[in-house]
Amino acid sequence: MKEILKQGELSIEKSRPGRRGVRFAAVRRPAGDYLPGSCLRTQEPNLPELSEFDTVRHFTRLSQLNYSLDAQFYPLGSCTMKYNPKAYDTLSVLPSFASAHPFAPQIAVQGTLQILYELQELLKKITGLAAFTLQPAAGAHGELTGILTVRAYHDAHGNANRTEVIVPDTAHGTNPATANMAGYSVINIKSAADGCVDKEALQAALSEKTAAVMLTVPNTVGLFEKDIREIADMVHKAGALLYMDGANFNALIGLAKPADFGVDVMHLNLHKTFAAPHGGGGPGSGPVGAAAHVAPYLPKPIVTLENGVYTLHDTHESLGKMKAFYGNIAVCLRGYCYLRQFDGETLKTIAENAILNANYVRAKLKGKFNAFFDCPCMHECVLSINPAEMNGVHTTDVAKRLLDYGFYAPTIYFPLIVPEAMMVEPTETESKATLDAFVAALEAIYEEIQTDPQLVKGAPHTQCVNRIDEVSAARQPNLRW
Amino acid sequence: MFTPQTEQDKQEMLQALGVSSVKDLLTISPDLLYPALDLPNALTEQELAAHMQELASKNKPLKNFIGAGCYEHFIPAAVPALSSRGEFLTAYTPYQAEASQGTLQTIYEFQSAICALFDMDVATASHYDGATAMTEAALACHRITNRTEIIISSHLHPHYKEVLKTYTQHLGLTIKEAKSTPAGTLDVEALKAQLSDQTACVVLPNPNFLGYLEEVDTISQITHESGALLVAVVNPISLGVLKTPGAYGADFAVAEGQCLGNPMSFGGPGLGIMTAKKAYVRQLPGRIVGIAKDHDGRRAFVLTLQAREQHIRREKASSNICSNEAICALNAVIYLTLLGPKGLQEVAELNVERAHQLADKISQVKGFEVETKSPFFNEFVVVCPIPAGQVIEKLAQKGIGAGYNLNRADKTKHNRLLVCATEMRSEKDIQAYVDALGEI
Repeated sequence: MKEILKQGELSIEKSRPGRRGVRFAAVRRPAGDYLPGSCLRTQEPNLPELSEFDTVRHFTRLSQLNYSLDAQFYPLGSCTMKYNPKAYDTLSVLPSFASAHPFAPQIAVQGTLQILYELQELLKKITGLAAFTLQPAAGAHGELTGILTVRAYHDAHGNANRTEVIVPDTAHGTNPATANMAGYSVINIKSAADGCVDKEALQAALSEKTAAVMLTVPNTVGLFEKDIREIADMVHKAGALLYMDGANFNALIGLAKPADFGVDVMHLNLHKTFAAPHGGGGPGSGPVGAAAHVAPYLPKPIVTLENGVYTLHDTHESLGKMKAFYGNIAVCLRGYCYLRQFDGETLKTIAENAILNANYVRAKLKGKFNAFFDCPCMHECVLSINPAEMNGVHTTDVAKRLLDYGFYAPTIYFPLIVPEAMMVEPTETESKATLDAFVAALEAIYEEIQTDPQLVKGAPHTQCVNRIDEVSAARQPNLRW
Repeated sequence: MFTPQTEQDKQEMLQALGVSSVKDLLTISPDLLYPALDLPNALTEQELAAHMQELASKNKPLKNFIGAGCYEHFIPAAVPALSSRGEFLTAYTPYQAEASQGTLQTIYEFQSAICALFDMDVATASHYDGATAMTEAALACHRITNRTEIIISSHLHPHYKEVLKTYTQHLGLTIKEAKSTPAGTLDVEALKAQLSDQTACVVLPNPNFLGYLEEVDTISQITHESGALLVAVVNPISLGVLKTPGAYGADFAVAEGQCLGNPMSFGGPGLGIMTAKKAYVRQLPGRIVGIAKDHDGRRAFVLTLQAREQHIRREKASSNICSNEAICALNAVIYLTLLGPKGLQEVAELNVERAHQLADKISQVKGFEVETKSPFFNEFVVVCPIPAGQVIEKLAQKGIGAGYNLNRADKTKHNRLLVCATEMRSEKDIQAYVDALGEI
């Protein structure tokens, strides 16, 4: 069985001419009777020819080669791999939701529009911001939306001279890339020794050219910016706006509202904080919220309620459209379900448990795998190892060895400011028993590093393939059959 | 309960941390902590299900003749059955390739199937939607040619135009529209005059927004003669019968891939498809999967060419894109695998036939005229005797989605309706549509 799985045959290699999975009704006349030959395809595409059963078995087996949250602890830092309730799988694709056309008369899609409207309202309540758009399709897309919103705000206020965005070195890689895509110059600033923003460095970087400061809260080393309000004041005093990357909002939900910090614009990730599944890399959803003075510049349309009718409304000052249609609706529906299942008290418990779990792992591992910043963290802890003290074992080796123990690996080599980083985000939905097992696995790996480092360096030993030489793929790229 | 820790667990954990409550771990200043949220009461799963059913019943499903960038097609049961498996749905970005071979191989197969369908050399793991994929392709053309002008067909999807404008407004690029002939296709002579040594690319939808097929070979030729690149925007289902972007020499070919096994879902999630000639692979934004070897020489799949991406290149990356639309791409590759080359041709031919049957019948209804005189795939323009908005309203009352009101794209036109028929519309549905028009 294992050997068959290991072959990893491609569907095209299983193809047999003449085999069919699906057939359609016969046409009365071929396409050539309706269209001139010059418009037509001359050669069949090289697609696999498989039966439905072949296809089912092929993809089912492929699925079994994955580690997934449903089957394994998945402590991927910065990704908030929390449990995705099964009810949302079906409720987000009820037939009349799934079959709604984006250009259907609005009277025919009032149910969908009502949910989107109410989700906008719920996100306003938990963040304290004045308005939300659900249009962005992902976190990075939300960032770009947010920064273009900042830009539209500045343009409308005659601030075209503001051409710089300040990004601390603890930011997600998407932050500087986003600022660049919005046509801004990126000013990187170093963090202070405690892992938070270096206020002196920030003050030195702020000027009449600053359009915005992009701050991840809690930041990517898992720490809350304790001086956030002071920072916001500095930013505002310089005439700039404070952008909050809310990818890590799971640590704050119910505990604090970004509007109270002085945040002007922020994005949230429905596929992190709001329990939508990650799908092996999407689709996500990255709603963007704005304070009242920035709200008019959010992308169009936005869902409004007038005289009992929900409408997609185009605002006049909007920055434009970020996507052909209004958001990743099926993901928004999941986010709505999540927020209707929990009241404020429960959301608070969720954030507190996320924080408790991360700190518990941090404390239990102390002495073997130490946190880079030796202080309480929020929802994730960033560990760092020194290969010189670990018989030459690197973080990547530990990560691969964890796979052998039945755990997906934490995020590694990120954030960049932490050497040999290993970023562990357990989330609130893991039990103490799971955390204890994870800690025990890392302790066992620690012992192996002392007694048999080659075992760790050669990991993984239990997957369908052994350690992959990733560089080999880039040398002579083979990107298709 | 969503959080599994019992009170006893919690106490043991707090004890291990040497604190008496989670609050002791926080550095959030007390005056910011625990704000009032004013959220509605929590619903049980059963109550939530009833609540969502009730909201779902406020949507009124229509017999859908609307296209305009989002298409209703048949989705074989095996597609959602496979893609909704927890092993796919609850995995994430395959950073640990050895434990993510399932996701990685499906992406490789997606890239391969899309390349085969489009006749293009390389494809990415996917983008947010067709509009953002097109925009990123145009930006890549700007980087490749170092030219600053983008020429778009005037019959590009109006929302795609807006997305392109939003993305490029601060980047010093100029967007020009290529004129169309009164017949509804791109004016080749006018395009020739517009092309210059500053043109980075021509963005050519085929079929165009009105459903017309363009003179793709001629347009490709004159675009390349000016040193510009061609970005084709195509309908993937149409490629079951239509000439491929690879065959007419497109440098980039992009598409909205929702039509391949994904529900319409009010327009999202979509599936941005991005393909290119091999020479441009290092200019592509977003994730790409390639073949590598493991230490025993076995074939394995990995994310590759990552030196283009934001987590390494930060502000110098080709894009800020991080995630993709993996489950939508998975739906698409399962769909293409089930259909194979024959199924795809069949479904495309059915679209051609049903749309032509509908056009033929509409042209026989008194007062209605089919404006489209040249070749089209599954969508065409109807001129109505009354404002299109009224036709839409009247047909909605009969449970029919009449089409897209072209007044939304061109405020000067009031009576024109963009109508689509896919394989989902039976001959009976078509008759019902025509009868409803006749009763107006």
